Amino acid sequence: MTETALAGLKVLEYAQFVSGPYCTKLLADLGAEVIKIEPPVRGDEARRREPFLEDTPHPEKSGLFFYLNTNKLGVTLNLNVTTGRKMFKELIEETDVLVEDNPPRVIEELGLDYESLKDINPRLIMTSITPFGQTGPYRDYKAYHLNTYHGSGLAKILSAVLPDEVKQPLKGPGFLGDYDAGLNAAMATMGALYSRLFTGMGQHIDISKQESLIALERVEVGMYGNEGDSMMSTVMLSGMVGGLQPAKDGYVVLCLPMSHQWEALIKLMGNPDWSQDERYKEEIGRAQNAKELNEYISKWMKEHTKDEIYHKAQALSCPIGSVTTVEDLLASEQLKARGFFAEVDHPEMGRVKFPAAPYIYSKTPWRVERPAPLLGEHNEEIFCQRLGCQKEDLVRMRGAGII
Amino acid sequence: MPEKALAGVKVLEYADLISGPYCSKLLSNLGAEVIKVEEPKVGDRSRSAGPFPNDIPDHEKSGLFLYLNANKLGITLNTKTETGLAIFKELVKGVDIVVENHPPQVMEDVGLNYPLLNEINHHLILTSITPFGQNGPYRDYKAYDINSQAAGGLAYVTGDAEREPLLTPWGQAGYQAALNAAVGTLSALYWREASGSGQHVDISVHECIASILGDVISFYSYMMMVRPRCNTISDLAGVTVWPVDIYECKNGYVNICVLEPHQWRSFVDLIGNPDWATDPRLEDRRLLYESTERQEAPDLGPLIKETLKRYTVDELFHGGQQRRIPITPVNDAQGALTFPQLNERGFFVEIDHPKAGRLRYPGAPFRLSETPWSLDRPAPLLGEHNEEVYSRMGYTKNDLVKMAEAGII
Amino acid sequence: MARTPLEGIRIADFTWAWAGPYATMMLGFMGAEVIKIESRKRPDHSRMRSLAAGPTFGGPDQAPIFNDLNLNKMSVTLDMTQPKAVELGKRVVSISDVVVENFRPGVMDKLGLGYEALKEVKPDIIMLSSSAVGGIGPDRQYVGYAPTFSALGGLAHLTGYPDGPPIPLMGSSDLRSAATSTFAILTALYYRAQTGEGQHIDLSSTETIAVLIGEAFLEYTMNNRVPFREGNRDGIMAPHNCYPCQGDSNWVSIAVATEEEWQALCHAIGNPHWVSDAKFADAYRRWQNQEELDKLIGEWTINYTHREVMEMLQKAGVAAVPSLSGLELWEDPHLRERVFAKEVQHPAIGKRIVVNAPWKFSATPAQVSRYGPLLGEHNEYVFGELLGMPKEEIQRLMEEGVID
Repeated sequence: MTETALAGLKVLEYAQFVSGPYCTKLLADLGAEVIKIEPPVRGDEARRREPFLEDTPHPEKSGLFFYLNTNKLGVTLNLNVTTGRKMFKELIEETDVLVEDNPPRVIEELGLDYESLKDINPRLIMTSITPFGQTGPYRDYKAYHLNTYHGSGLAKILSAVLPDEVKQPLKGPGFLGDYDAGLNAAMATMGALYSRLFTGMGQHIDISKQESLIALERVEVGMYGNEGDSMMSTVMLSGMVGGLQPAKDGYVVLCLPMSHQWEALIKLMGNPDWSQDERYKEEIGRAQNAKELNEYISKWMKEHTKDEIYHKAQALSCPIGSVTTVEDLLASEQLKARGFFAEVDHPEMGRVKFPAAPYIYSKTPWRVERPAPLLGEHNEEIFCQRLGCQKEDLVRMRGAGII
Repeated sequence: MPEKALAGVKVLEYADLISGPYCSKLLSNLGAEVIKVEEPKVGDRSRSAGPFPNDIPDHEKSGLFLYLNANKLGITLNTKTETGLAIFKELVKGVDIVVENHPPQVMEDVGLNYPLLNEINHHLILTSITPFGQNGPYRDYKAYDINSQAAGGLAYVTGDAEREPLLTPWGQAGYQAALNAAVGTLSALYWREASGSGQHVDISVHECIASILGDVISFYSYMMMVRPRCNTISDLAGVTVWPVDIYECKNGYVNICVLEPHQWRSFVDLIGNPDWATDPRLEDRRLLYESTERQEAPDLGPLIKETLKRYTVDELFHGGQQRRIPITPVNDAQGALTFPQLNERGFFVEIDHPKAGRLRYPGAPFRLSETPWSLDRPAPLLGEHNEEVYSRMGYTKNDLVKMAEAGII
Repeated sequence: MARTPLEGIRIADFTWAWAGPYATMMLGFMGAEVIKIESRKRPDHSRMRSLAAGPTFGGPDQAPIFNDLNLNKMSVTLDMTQPKAVELGKRVVSISDVVVENFRPGVMDKLGLGYEALKEVKPDIIMLSSSAVGGIGPDRQYVGYAPTFSALGGLAHLTGYPDGPPIPLMGSSDLRSAATSTFAILTALYYRAQTGEGQHIDLSSTETIAVLIGEAFLEYTMNNRVPFREGNRDGIMAPHNCYPCQGDSNWVSIAVATEEEWQALCHAIGNPHWVSDAKFADAYRRWQNQEELDKLIGEWTINYTHREVMEMLQKAGVAAVPSLSGLELWEDPHLRERVFAKEVQHPAIGKRIVVNAPWKFSATPAQVSRYGPLLGEHNEYVFGELLGMPKEEIQRLMEEGVID
C-alpha cells in the first residue's frame, strides 16, 4: 500500500453538501481515515444533486457526491435522538478531528458544541464551517453558496468587468465559494494538528465562509479599505491590452504585464504592420490605445483556434491561456502526463473517471483507495467492530430511526 | 386468448406495508399490470421491516417488501407537491383500479378521494383499505395490526385463558383485509363489465377480522355467552377425552383433531391400544360436545400427552393420516419450506432480485387450470421504473432529473 | 502568549508575485518564520506594480500590494546570478524546514537550488514548487498568471452569464493556488513530524483551479455533456438569484431550498396574490418558471434597501444576503465584530488596513502583526544572527553585490 502523508489521522465528518465534505476529502485523499456521518434514509444533500450517471437520479449515482466523498467510510446516524448522540460521543473519544457545518445554535442544542466535546476528548480539534462564523450579528443567518458569494463582495468584484448594462453581480460557477471554504478549513485544520503535536491539546477552529472568500480578494478588498476605491477591476481590464479574446473555436486569455511579452505577442501574430507604430513602443502608449490594439488583436485571434494560439504563443513564452472546457481538459496531454485524472470502481456507478489532485508529492502521493461510500455502507464495521454493537442491534436501531 | 386471468387490467397502488400491497400483489400475480407508487427517498415502510440477508439492513433487501411487491412496476412520486399530484391524476386516467390504504382524511386533504377520482375517471374502481372504514365515529382513528386484531375480537379469543389476549403474529389483520379487498375489487371489476361504471370498494380491517371469528359472534348472539380464550373445546370443559389440541411429541409438535368416533377408534389403534383407552364408553361423541356427559368423563389429558411424547412427528403425522385421523405436524419455517407436499405442488418459487439475489418465496395460494398464476419479475428497486412509466407520459430524462432534485419523484 | 501553530518552523521563501507569497504568508500567519529571499536587481514584481497598467508607487519599499501579500516576513537580498549568493541561499535552506518557490520549472535546478541539491544540505527538507501547469509534462515550460490559470483550469468557461462571454478570474485565482500550496505544505510538515522525512511537492496552479469544479468533469465523463455558464442560477433551487434594491447598483441575493423557506418568503413579502399561482406551487414549477418568478420578486425588493431585505427575510428564516461591494464590506457590522481586518504600521507608507487571516483558532490565534518587509531589511539578522556570519564578511558580500 502507498505511503500516505496523513496515515493514522482519524477524522469524523458531520457535514453535508460541499464545504465540510471537501475539507475532509482533501484529508482522506492524503490517507486520513474519514468517517462520514449521514442522516439515515436521506443521506447527504449532495446525493440529490446532478450530475447523475446516465441522467438517472439515484442517491448512489450523484457525480457531485462521488467527487466530494472519495476515500471515506460512510455511516448513517441520527444525532437528533439520544442514542445517536451517545454513539457519536463514543466515536469522538477516538477522533482527532471533527469537521462539522451545522448552524451554531443547532450544535449547541444538541450538546455537541466544542465545550461539551472537549470534556470527552481534550485532544479533539473541532473545525466548524458556517456561512458567517460562530460569532457576530449574522451568526444565525441562513446562507447558501449564492448568498455567501455575494455577501463576501466577490460577486461585485467578479462582475466589475462586465459592461454597465448587464452589471448584475455574479456568483462564481458551480459551488466554487463552498469549495474555497472547504480548502481553507483543511488548511486551518492541518495548522492546528501540527500545533497539537507539541502541545497535546485540541482546539476549536471557527471558519466563516464569508471570510474564506474575502481572503481570496484581500488585495482588492484592502484597497477599498485604505483608498476607498480599487483600481484593479476598472483600470485593469479596460486599460489592459489583451485580456479575453475570441478565437476561432472559443476564447483565449492574454495577460501581458511585461514588455517582452508584448513583443512575443506581435511576433506570434507575424509582426503585422500596425504593431510597428511608434505609439505602441512603450507600455504607456499601449495602455492609452488599448481599445484600438485589442481590435487588431481580436481580428487575428479569430482566425486561429484556441489550441493553436495557446501552444504557439507559449512556445514564444507569451502568457496566453486558452479558455478550456472540461472536454478540452480531459483530452489534455499535459494533464495526462501529470496523472491528473484517476479512475476507480464504484458498486453502483461502475468505473468512474474524476480529477485527482493538483499536487504531486514525491514521497506520499495522492491515491484513491475506495470510491465514495454507499449510504450506511460501513455501519457494521464502525458500530459493531468499533463500538461493540451486535448485528441484531443494528436492525433494531434502523427500525427506530437511529441509524 | 390471453394467458393471464387479469391480462390488460391496470392497477395503480398507492399503499404501503401489508394490506394494500398484498391486495395488489394478488392482482398482479394474476396478470394485472400494477404500478406501485412510493414516496421518494423513503419508499414503502416495509422496506425497513426486514428480515435482511445477513442482518444487514438495506432498503432494497427487506424480506417483507420483496415478498409483497414482486411482479410490480415501481415509481416514486410525492403527491404532496402540485406537480406530483397532477402526475398522479394523469396516471389515474389510464388505470382501471386504484388500491390505497391511506387515512380517509388524508385522501380528502390531498384531493384524491373517490368523488374527485371518479370525476377524472368514471370507470375507476377505487379500493380503499382503512382500519375502520370510510365513515363512522372511528373513521379517523389510528390503528396498527395489533389494534385491529384487538378491536375485531380476534385477540380476545386467542391465547391462554389465564393470560392476556394474544396477537396472531406477522400482520394477519393486513392479510385478511387484503384478501377481502381483492375479492371486492374483482367483483367491482366484474360488475363494471356490465355497467361500464366504476365504484368505491370500502374495506375496513376491523370488519375483516370480525368476520373470521367463527362461532365467537354466535356464541354471544345465541347464548349471551362471551367466548373466552381457549385453544380447544376441552379447555372449556376442563377435561380432555378426545385429543383436540397441539401435543408435544418426541421431536416436535403435532396438531390432532379427533372429532368423530371412528377417528377416536383409529387414534387408539395408532397409539397401540393402551388399556386406559379401550373402554367403549369413550367412543360416545356426546363426550365431546355435551357438558353433562363430559362432567362424568375421565380426564385422559395427561395420559395422552405422555403417550404421544414417545412418537415422532412423522410417525404421528403419517400414521395418523393413514388411519384417516386429522393429524398434522406443527411446522416451523424450515418445516414448511421442506414440506414435501408444498414442494411437490410447486408452492415455493425462486426469484432473482438484482440486490437481494436469488431467494425462495411463497407462490400461489390457488391454482387456475387455464391461466396459472406466475411470478415474473422481482420486487422493484425504489423508483426503478420511473423512466419507463413517466416516458409514456412524455417526460424526458432531464425532466426527471429536475423533478427528482425538486423532490417531486 | 499562546503558542502559535507553526512556532519553530522556518520557511525559505523564494516566491514572487501573488501565488507563492500568499502561501508563505499564511504559514507566517500561523507563526512560522518566513525568510523571503529577494533580489534588489530583480525585485518581486508586486513591489513594482500590480498587474494593472496603473501608476507605480513610490519605489519597491512603498508598494501596498507587496505589503498586503508579504506581511510578517523577513527579507534578505541575494543576487542569484552570483555563485556565492546561491551558496548563501543554500545556507538559509540548511536552517529551514520548508522551501517554497514559484519560478518557471527548471530555474531552481539551473541555479543549483533544485530539490536534490537542497536535500544534500538538509535531508528532511520539504520543498514545494508551484508553477503554471506543473513541473512535469509537455507544457511544463509554459508561463501564466492568474487570469490564464482560471482560463486553462476550466473555470473561466463556466463563469459568467449564459448569454455573455466567459469571465476569467483575476487575483483570486492566484490566491486559490496559494491556499492549496499552504495546505499541501502543512500536510508534508505533518508527515515529516511522524516520520522524519521531507519530500518534494510539484503543484500546478491551473490544476488547483480545476479541482474546484470537480463535478463539472463528472458531467462529462459520465454523461458526455460539457457544462455551460449559468449566471446566478442553480440546478434546482428557485428563487435563486440576485434582485435589484433601492439605490444605485444595490442588489440582494435570495435563495430558497425548501418548501418551508418558500412559504416563509411568501409570508414575509405579504402573500401577494401571485404566490398562489399554480405556476409556483411546487419546487419543480418554481424552477421552470423562475424567470417570471424573479421578475415578480424583483418588483418587491426594489422598494427596500438590500440590508432591509436581508433583515426582513432572515427574520423569517429565508437566506437573503446583500451583494456587498468592496467598500460596503468595511461598513458591515458583522465583519467589524468579527475583526476581519487588522491595522499594520508600515514605516514608509504608514498605517495600512489588511484583511485578517480567514480562520479563528480558539487556542493558537493567527498572528497578523508585521508589515511587508523592506528590501533586504533582515540581511543583518539572517546572515549575522541566524547563520552566524561575522559582520565583516557580510559587509564584504554586500560590496561584492552578492548580498545586493
